Amino acid sequence: MNMGKILAVILVLAAFAGGMVIGKGSREESAPVVVESSGSAASYSGGFSAEDNEFTLSGNSKSVAGPPMSDVVVVVRDGESIQAAVQDAEPGTTIQVMPGTYRETVFIDKDGIRLIGVIQGSERPVLDGEGELNDAILYSGNNIVVENFKITRYKGNGIMSQAGNNWEIRNNYIVDTGVYGIFPQLGQNGVVEHNVVSGIEDAAIYVGMSDNVHVAYNDVYDSVAGIEIENSRHAIVEANRVYNNTGGILAFITPGLPIKTTYDVIIRNNFVLANNHVNFGAPGSTVAGIPAGTGILVMAADDVVIEGNIIKDNKNAGILITDHSNAANVTIDPESEPNSDRVKILNNTMINNGYEPVTEIKAYMLTELKTGNPDIVSVGPSKDSCIVNRQQYITVGLGGYGDCAVGNTIGLGNYLLPPVPPREIKPEDKGKIAYLGVCAGCHTYTGRMIGPPVQIIQALYMDNPQGIAEYIANPVKKREDYPEMPPQNYLDEETRLAVAQYMLEVKK
Amino acid sequence: MSVRTLTLMTSALLLCVGIATADNEAFRLREYCPPSFEESAAGTCLLRTMYDFYGSVQGAGLGGTQTALPAHRDGFTPQQIDLGRYLFFDPVLSQDGSVSCASCHNPEQGFSDNLPRSKGIGGQEVARAAPTLWNTAFLNKFFWDAHASTLEEQMVGPLFAPDEMGNSPEQLLATLNNIPAYRALFQQAFPQRLGEQIQLDEVYLSLAAFQTSLISLNSRYDRYAHGYHAALSAPEVEGLNIFRSFVARCAECHTPPLFTNQQVAVIGAPEPEGRPIDIGAERTYNAPELKAGFKVPTLRNITKTAPYMHSGRFDNLREVAEFYNGGRGHAVPEGVDLQLHWHISSPDLTDYELDRLVDFLGTLTDESLTPEVPRQLPSGLPPINGERRARIVTTQKTSGDAS
Repeated sequence: MNMGKILAVILVLAAFAGGMVIGKGSREESAPVVVESSGSAASYSGGFSAEDNEFTLSGNSKSVAGPPMSDVVVVVRDGESIQAAVQDAEPGTTIQVMPGTYRETVFIDKDGIRLIGVIQGSERPVLDGEGELNDAILYSGNNIVVENFKITRYKGNGIMSQAGNNWEIRNNYIVDTGVYGIFPQLGQNGVVEHNVVSGIEDAAIYVGMSDNVHVAYNDVYDSVAGIEIENSRHAIVEANRVYNNTGGILAFITPGLPIKTTYDVIIRNNFVLANNHVNFGAPGSTVAGIPAGTGILVMAADDVVIEGNIIKDNKNAGILITDHSNAANVTIDPESEPNSDRVKILNNTMINNGYEPVTEIKAYMLTELKTGNPDIVSVGPSKDSCIVNRQQYITVGLGGYGDCAVGNTIGLGNYLLPPVPPREIKPEDKGKIAYLGVCAGCHTYTGRMIGPPVQIIQALYMDNPQGIAEYIANPVKKREDYPEMPPQNYLDEETRLAVAQYMLEVKK
Repeated sequence: MSVRTLTLMTSALLLCVGIATADNEAFRLREYCPPSFEESAAGTCLLRTMYDFYGSVQGAGLGGTQTALPAHRDGFTPQQIDLGRYLFFDPVLSQDGSVSCASCHNPEQGFSDNLPRSKGIGGQEVARAAPTLWNTAFLNKFFWDAHASTLEEQMVGPLFAPDEMGNSPEQLLATLNNIPAYRALFQQAFPQRLGEQIQLDEVYLSLAAFQTSLISLNSRYDRYAHGYHAALSAPEVEGLNIFRSFVARCAECHTPPLFTNQQVAVIGAPEPEGRPIDIGAERTYNAPELKAGFKVPTLRNITKTAPYMHSGRFDNLREVAEFYNGGRGHAVPEGVDLQLHWHISSPDLTDYELDRLVDFLGTLTDESLTPEVPRQLPSGLPPINGERRARIVTTQKTSGDAS
């Protein structure tokens, strides 16, 4: 028997004995007030103001992208290119991808594209990066849906976005692919559900700098971080199975990012199991500092509610709450508040955590003369945080935690917003903005710039905006003393007409 | 000869020049807003761009193709903007009349100067490269080490730094107030003012007004972003996808639509041969974690502003791309401990991919709103535009002699 085990045994025994003593001492005098999870306690109503945003999404509907914007369906078959179909598609097109192997990067810079894999028997369309390609699917449009793909062997991410609101990423199987499995970034109102993600060197599911997000029913394993909510607000992470990662579920403020807050994150009803994987994060990455065996990790995030999770067999700690200065591998950010404040730890089922904590936690336990395996560890200042039924756990650093005034989040369905119709821009606004944003670069009202004065154009085209609209799409050289106008056909037809009308009405 | 004597002589010289050319009628400030600005009912100029159609998370102005811009400064009057234009190009703002703002921020050189490190009065080399002024309206951090948070705070740096424009607030005011044409122009730009003397905050405001009118948001990339995908060639689109891929990760810090996220990042870029390491933002924030951290610069009009990096180590964009591809921390000098940004990785891009990145960067060029250089200045000095410095010094002597 090695020393470590002996020590562990002794610690366990000591904890047991300690528990007995405390139990005896307190129970006979006054049993702790037990807060039950359901019904009786006050419910947490969340941190998103419903006044500004009517939630109509209720029950199980997670349709934030809304119904297809058009009934156009395009089918892509094995041997064809998904990207070619995206390129040809009008916004609103549903692209169905048949089973087969697709070796490409698919990028979507338009709205309303629904990329739907067709599963036949056990076959689904496979995006295979062959260890050569960067990312599998990358989008920047709004109302994007990505469903039913298998994604493997990409160097970058499986599915990523840069902006894009109202997204649904569902039922994908992402294995052994690069840095992040699913990475929506800088978007609002999205769902990530029913995905199976594993073998990722950073976070399997990483929600970055986003608002109103729902991450549910995912199976996430064998990665450095399971699910990470970073610099984001109004996020619910529920009913996921998160196991054998280095860290299970993370709510972070990463310093140095341009959006500086994380708050209102509900982590509930997840299975957070044996996240003891050796850390294989890239050197320098934030997650490379996560101690293996951490079930739930909160760093600098505020108003995080942890409720109803089964947190089991995580060797470092079940729940670890820290600030920036106590976290490994983390730089500083003078513009972000470094502490995890107003954390609410409600009822959770915690079994066999903290049986092999990192040295720092062991030392921390000693400072409080605590023995046993820590379920919950809080390091650094944590203002106005609270816990329910603290007698259930072995904790360290929770001296400042009060008792929570709320006992559950039953009243809180989700933070998703109803599907929004595509943005309607009035033609007159289109005309004005295009005039000021584009035409004004070369034309002024009276003076000579690169192009002739607007006054002269007005005289020529008085009642003929259509004439201007046609000319700017296909200009020809008209004047000896002016350079030829470049085509403005990147403005769509409607905008060209709107800008022509606007130009004819300009008065100075 | 003492510095003080020299100063007095220069002031006297400038005074003469001013009087010689004081022709109030010759200078009328523009009464209309610059292109891309709409005049409000209050008579101020408000920026309008195609990005006004979009939103962004937390109003941060960061995202992808169709994302709103960050908060910006506008709302100056046409006259204030135009006055700023005169001041910007006028070497009378410097201690010896040899250097204008445009010497280092030359519109013909991407509002930079094509030097690895800029040169102030007397040809003194300063520590860092001149950043472009395109789209400064959107910035909330100034200087490479982010030590100023407004344009007004920023401009007192170069105006009064001994190795840049070398002036003092007192001399600057005395000089301007001695030029009747400027007094008249300030009256036009600030009709509600009480006194007749030019004030420092009026100078700052006018320069800020002009600088925030330098807008570059109509590049071929922008046309692509607004939905016209044919605006970019196939290799350029490949470059865009590498740029925003999570292998290269450029877009994580050079985030559209401005192509900067305005954060400080420690990337471990090398100094030019023989120069000691510049600690950058460590000093600003008194934080060793930010040693050698610099503000992420915009990439708009980036092809115009070689050489690159804070001290001009790289001559071209291919070299810059190679630096990022060279492996995390490969250029950090031995014995220097830097907390490198987590996105600095070892992306291992192919030569082909590096070339496409450079292709893509070329699509970010738009100089359609380059302002007109004044033909004449209220000081009577010739407008300074970077390279012409040598010539201007001679001209100035001549005009001094003539008066």
